[in-house]
Amino acid sequence: MDALITQFFNLEIMLKAWPMMLRGLGMTVLLCLAVIPLGLAGGLIVALASTSSSRAVRWTTAILVDIFRAVPPLALLIFISAGLPFAGIRLSPFAAVCLSFFLNNSAYYGEIIRAGIESIGDGQRQAARSTGLTALQTQAYVVLPQAIRNVLPDLVSNTIEVVKLTSLASVVAFAELLYSAEMARSVTYNASPIVMAALMYLALLWPAVRFASSLEHKLKS
Amino acid sequence: MQDDAALLSISGLRLSYGATEVLKGLDLEARRGEMTFIIGPSGSGKSSLLRCCNRLEEPSAGRILIAGEDITKPGANLNRIRRRIGMVFQSFNLYPHMTAAGNVRLALQKVLKKSRSEADAIAMAQLDRVGLSGHAHQYPAQLSGGQQQRVAIARALALEPAIMLFDEPTSALDPELVGEVLKVMRALKDDGMTMVVVSHEMRFARSAADQVVFIAEGRIVETGPPEQIFENPQVQRTRDFVAQAEH
Amino acid sequence: MSRTEVFLDTFFNAAVMRQYLPDIIDGFFVTCQIAILVVVSGLGLGLVLAIVRSFRISAINAPLIVFVDVLRSLPPLVLILILYFGLPNIGVLLSGYIVLWLVLTLVLAAFAEEIFWAGILSVNAGQWQAARSTGMGYLQTLIYVILPQAVRLTIAPLTNRTIAITKNTALGMVIGVGELLNQATTAQSFAGNATPMMMATVAYLILFVPVVYLGRWIETRFAWKHA
Repeated sequence: MDALITQFFNLEIMLKAWPMMLRGLGMTVLLCLAVIPLGLAGGLIVALASTSSSRAVRWTTAILVDIFRAVPPLALLIFISAGLPFAGIRLSPFAAVCLSFFLNNSAYYGEIIRAGIESIGDGQRQAARSTGLTALQTQAYVVLPQAIRNVLPDLVSNTIEVVKLTSLASVVAFAELLYSAEMARSVTYNASPIVMAALMYLALLWPAVRFASSLEHKLKS
Repeated sequence: MQDDAALLSISGLRLSYGATEVLKGLDLEARRGEMTFIIGPSGSGKSSLLRCCNRLEEPSAGRILIAGEDITKPGANLNRIRRRIGMVFQSFNLYPHMTAAGNVRLALQKVLKKSRSEADAIAMAQLDRVGLSGHAHQYPAQLSGGQQQRVAIARALALEPAIMLFDEPTSALDPELVGEVLKVMRALKDDGMTMVVVSHEMRFARSAADQVVFIAEGRIVETGPPEQIFENPQVQRTRDFVAQAEH
Repeated sequence: MSRTEVFLDTFFNAAVMRQYLPDIIDGFFVTCQIAILVVVSGLGLGLVLAIVRSFRISAINAPLIVFVDVLRSLPPLVLILILYFGLPNIGVLLSGYIVLWLVLTLVLAAFAEEIFWAGILSVNAGQWQAARSTGMGYLQTLIYVILPQAVRLTIAPLTNRTIAITKNTALGMVIGVGELLNQATTAQSFAGNATPMMMATVAYLILFVPVVYLGRWIETRFAWKHA
C-alpha cells in the first residue's frame, strides 16, 4: 500500500512538479482554444460541401472525410511532423499539431453537422426560399440553427474527444500537460506526475462528460 | 398581348421528375383580386403546379408570367420574384427555433433589410391581421395547428405579396381547426388579395372561389366558375370527381 | 531533381518500399491482432457491465458509474503511460502489448456500457411487463426480449465509437509495441525517407476504410430519426 502511494500519489513530487504542470495545463488550454474553433470551422465547411448540390463536390468531400476518419490521429500527426520534413516541409510542433487536428477534427465535426443538416426537413428550406431568402441566408438563419441544436450532444461529446486528443501533442514534444508530466516522470522515475496530469484532465473533463450525458437525455426525452 | 387583368398567367407548363412527366402542358390565368381554386385527385400535379409558380420546382417547359414579368426566363432574379409571391404550405413549415413574431420578421430583416423595430411593427400588424397578436412571443410548438398556419399566412403577408399561393393549407389540421384558417383566407379575399388555392375544401371553394380549375393526371380537365364546376360540370371526368368528393 | 521527383522519391521510393515491406506487414498484423482483441474484450466487458448496471444495486452501480466516467474523461495515452511506467515500480511487470490491450479494452468497455445502457433504457417498460407476465425471469427477459431491441438503437453509435477506439492502437508506438505506426516510424528514421510512413498510411486506409464504410452503412440502416 505504501509503495502504491509513494509511486503513484507522491505529494512531495507532485508539489515539485506543480509549476511545470500548471504551465503544461496552460498550453493544453491554449491548444484547445486553437484546435476547437479550427475544427468547428472546418466541420462547417465539410458539412456544407457534403450537402452541396454538385455531385463532384459531394464525392470529393466524402473521400477526404473517409480518409481522415480512417487514419489514426497519431499517425496523421507523425506523418505531418516527422514525414513532411523529408520533403522539405518543416512545421513547428504547434503548427503540426494544429494542421493534423484540423484535418482530423474537420472530418468528425463535419459528419456531425451534416447529420444535423440532413435532419431538417425540406419544408423549412422551401418556406425560407419562398419568402425570398437566398440559399446562403436560408442555411445561416433557418437550417443551421436547428441543425446545430439537433446534434448539440454529439458536438459536445466530440469536443470532449478533441480535448483528450490534445494529449497526443506530447508525442511530438509540444509542451502541453501530458508532455510536462512525462518530463517530470522521467527525471523523478515516479508515476505521480502523470497521475497528477490524469487528475487535471478529470477536473477539466468529468463535468463536461456529465453535461454531455444530461444533454443527451434531455434532447431524447 | 396578355389580358391586363391576369396577374398570373401560365402557358404550356410542363414538369418532369426524371422520366415521369407530372405536368403535361398547362395553361392557366388567375385574375387580379380573384380566388382561383385548384381541385383534383391526389397525385394529379396540383402542388407541383403551385411550386413551379415560385420556382421551388424547375419547369421543363412553358412560361409563367406574374404581373407581366416572365419568372421562367433564364437569369430571372428569383429572390426578388419570390418575395412578391406569398406561399403557404400544408405542413406550415414554421421555423421551430423562432417565435411567431421571429418567423414573420426574418425575411423582413434579411431580404427587405428593414430595421429590427420596423420589422417588429410589421410583424405585429400582420399577426394582428390573422388574430394572433397575443401569441407573438410564443414558439410554434406552443401553438395549435390552426394558429401555426395563421402565423405562416402572416409570414407570407408581411412581404406584401402581389399574389398568395396556398398549398393544401388545411389538410394537416384537425377538423375543428380548419374553420379559423378558412376565415382568415376569406378575409384576405375580401381585402382584394389575389389567391391561388390548392385544397380539398369543396364547400369553401363553392362559396369563396371565383374560378375553379379541375386538374387530373397533369392536365387541366375543366375550368369555370364554381357554379359550373359543382352544379353543372361539362366534362364527365369532372362530374365523377365532384360527385365522389362531395359524398 | 524536379519537384515531382523529390515528392516521389520522398514518399514513394521503390527501394525503401521493398526493404521495409516485411516490417510494415508485421506491424499491420500486430495492429489487426490488438484491434480484434480490443473489440471482442471491450464490447464483451461493456455488455456485462451494462447488464450488471440494470440490476440497479446502488453499492455496485456507484463505483461502476465512477469507473465509466473516469475512463470516458481521461485521454487513453495518460492511462497507458501510468500503467506502463508506474506499475513496474510496484513490482508489476506488464509488456507494452498487454498495457495497450488492457487500457483500450477498459476504455471501449466504458463507452460501450454507456451506449448499451442507454439502449436498454430506451426499450418500452411494457416490454418488461409483457415478458415477465409470461413467467420469464429477469435475465431471460433481458437477453431474449430487451437486448435484441436495444441493439437496434445502439449499433450506430457503438460502431463509430469502436472505430475511434480501435484506431488508438497507434498509441502503442509510444510504449514500444511493434504495431504498424511504430514499425513505420522506426523504418522512417533508419531509411531517412518518408516512404514507410506513406506505406503505413495506406495500410491504415486498407484496414479502416472498409470499417468506416460499414459504419456509414449501419448508420443509414439503423438511423436515429431526429425531429
